[in-house]
Amino acid sequence: MEFTTEDLLEQITGIRAFPEDGAYNFRLDSQGAGRKVTENIDIVTKTDRSGIDIYIKADTKKETVHIPVIISQSGLQETVFNDFYIGDNADVTIMAGCGIHNCGNGTSAHSGIHTFYVGKNAHVKYIEKHYGETESSGKNVMNPTTVVYIADGGYMEMDTVQIKGVDDTTRKTTATLADNATLVVYEKIMTHNDQQAKTEFVVELNGENSGTHVVSRSVAKDNSYQLFLSNVKGNNKCSGHTECDAIVMDNAKVSAIPEISANHIDASLIHEAAIGKIAGEQLTKLMTLGLTEKEAEEQIINGFLK
Amino acid sequence: MLEFRNVSYTVEGNIDILKDVSFTINERFVAVTGPNGSGKSTIAKLIAGIITPTSGQIFFNGEDITDMSITDRSKAGISYAFQQPVRFKGITVRDLISLAAGKDVTKSQVCQYLSAVGLCANDYINREVNASLSGGELKRIEIAMTMARGTQLTVFDEPEAGIDLWSFNNLIKVFEEMHEKNNGSIIIISHQEKILNIADKILVIADGKVTSEGKKDEILPGLLNSSYNCKFFKGGN
Repeated sequence: MEFTTEDLLEQITGIRAFPEDGAYNFRLDSQGAGRKVTENIDIVTKTDRSGIDIYIKADTKKETVHIPVIISQSGLQETVFNDFYIGDNADVTIMAGCGIHNCGNGTSAHSGIHTFYVGKNAHVKYIEKHYGETESSGKNVMNPTTVVYIADGGYMEMDTVQIKGVDDTTRKTTATLADNATLVVYEKIMTHNDQQAKTEFVVELNGENSGTHVVSRSVAKDNSYQLFLSNVKGNNKCSGHTECDAIVMDNAKVSAIPEISANHIDASLIHEAAIGKIAGEQLTKLMTLGLTEKEAEEQIINGFLK
Repeated sequence: MLEFRNVSYTVEGNIDILKDVSFTINERFVAVTGPNGSGKSTIAKLIAGIITPTSGQIFFNGEDITDMSITDRSKAGISYAFQQPVRFKGITVRDLISLAAGKDVTKSQVCQYLSAVGLCANDYINREVNASLSGGELKRIEIAMTMARGTQLTVFDEPEAGIDLWSFNNLIKVFEEMHEKNNGSIIIISHQEKILNIADKILVIADGKVTSEGKKDEILPGLLNSSYNCKFFKGGN
């Protein structure tokens, strides 16, 4: 299998080279492989442990930060701590992601522990993509932990995707929201072969008029297993919604355990969970358009996880 | 173009849905009508290959397609607009129209198809074909998809249902344009007199059989004077 850093970078970021404007930090096989800071965005290497601190000045508008990680050495295992300090009123997009190319028989693992301090009235879009590929029997493991603190009026949207090729993952997200803060999560996970994915959300709606939407869509193929856990806690006048929608195929198994806890009389919380195979009528419809059953299945899954 | 030869369709419990049905369709517009539960939608599904006959044969352009798959029939030139269109999470109107056309379609092409069914492309092109769309909107998109396909034979199962605000005249215009473009046949399952009125041929199905077949002038008067009464309930007694 021919492998290039650019191909893998493209899989997880959609770009083959870093943009001229905006900040970035590129980590390749546990080493710094490039960094750019801007007037408003500073990136500093941690001295006490592996990782970086990202400082985004207050009022920074429409800037981007890329912090992709690539592992190309089979058996390389790392834990990285990245902390994001997003100033008040900033409006930024942060693109993270991890791609593993495993050419051997070792287990390659990346555990990214990301902590976000979202300032007052700041607006953050966080995009994270995980992708793995294996030439031999080596396993790819990714365990992202995301800790989010959103100050008054802050907004954060997390758009996270596990594309394919991740053998084992435990994804943990915890968030604490102040007054008028909002967290929106769109998570998409595809597992295949014998892969396992566990994803867990705990959202503490502490502030008055805080709100969250946690939306997970997943497809489990072959013999894979997925577990979705979410707990939205309404500790004030707030609104919360958690939703898990899964397509199960072949011999795969999916469990969804959504939990909502109202600890305040004005907390309004909803949870939804649906698991099922692809609807027969969807396949039939696409087949009447000339697609084979397999092509129809691919279209339905691609759309579902888009 | 299309021929049913002694087609029967029986479901579990030995219930005959269609009984030894034979007909040939070569006309421009053919309306299939009859009471609820008479077997009209079964005919549509048999044509599309979603179900196969218990006995009998179906021919398309002289070729026996009885055992042909849905996909192969579609590729051979058969389209089918569902009575109840299907919803898809994440698939957009543009995606579906591109799949129907068998290629990526430009925005202006999508616009043409959508405006023909009374929808503004800007509002719909990137909409997901999911639960956020109403039944009537889905129905129109379903019709736009058959236009994008442009096949020789198209079967519409009650296309007028749920599109009250959109005039029948527009629907009929769509059928006329489709015929002009594809020079094929359009089979419309319908109860609506206005649609029966444009048919070159009407097939009346009742109790799983073709009870009459002919030009609209021959069939319509009889249809309008009769009501589909229950054979057991004669009224009054």
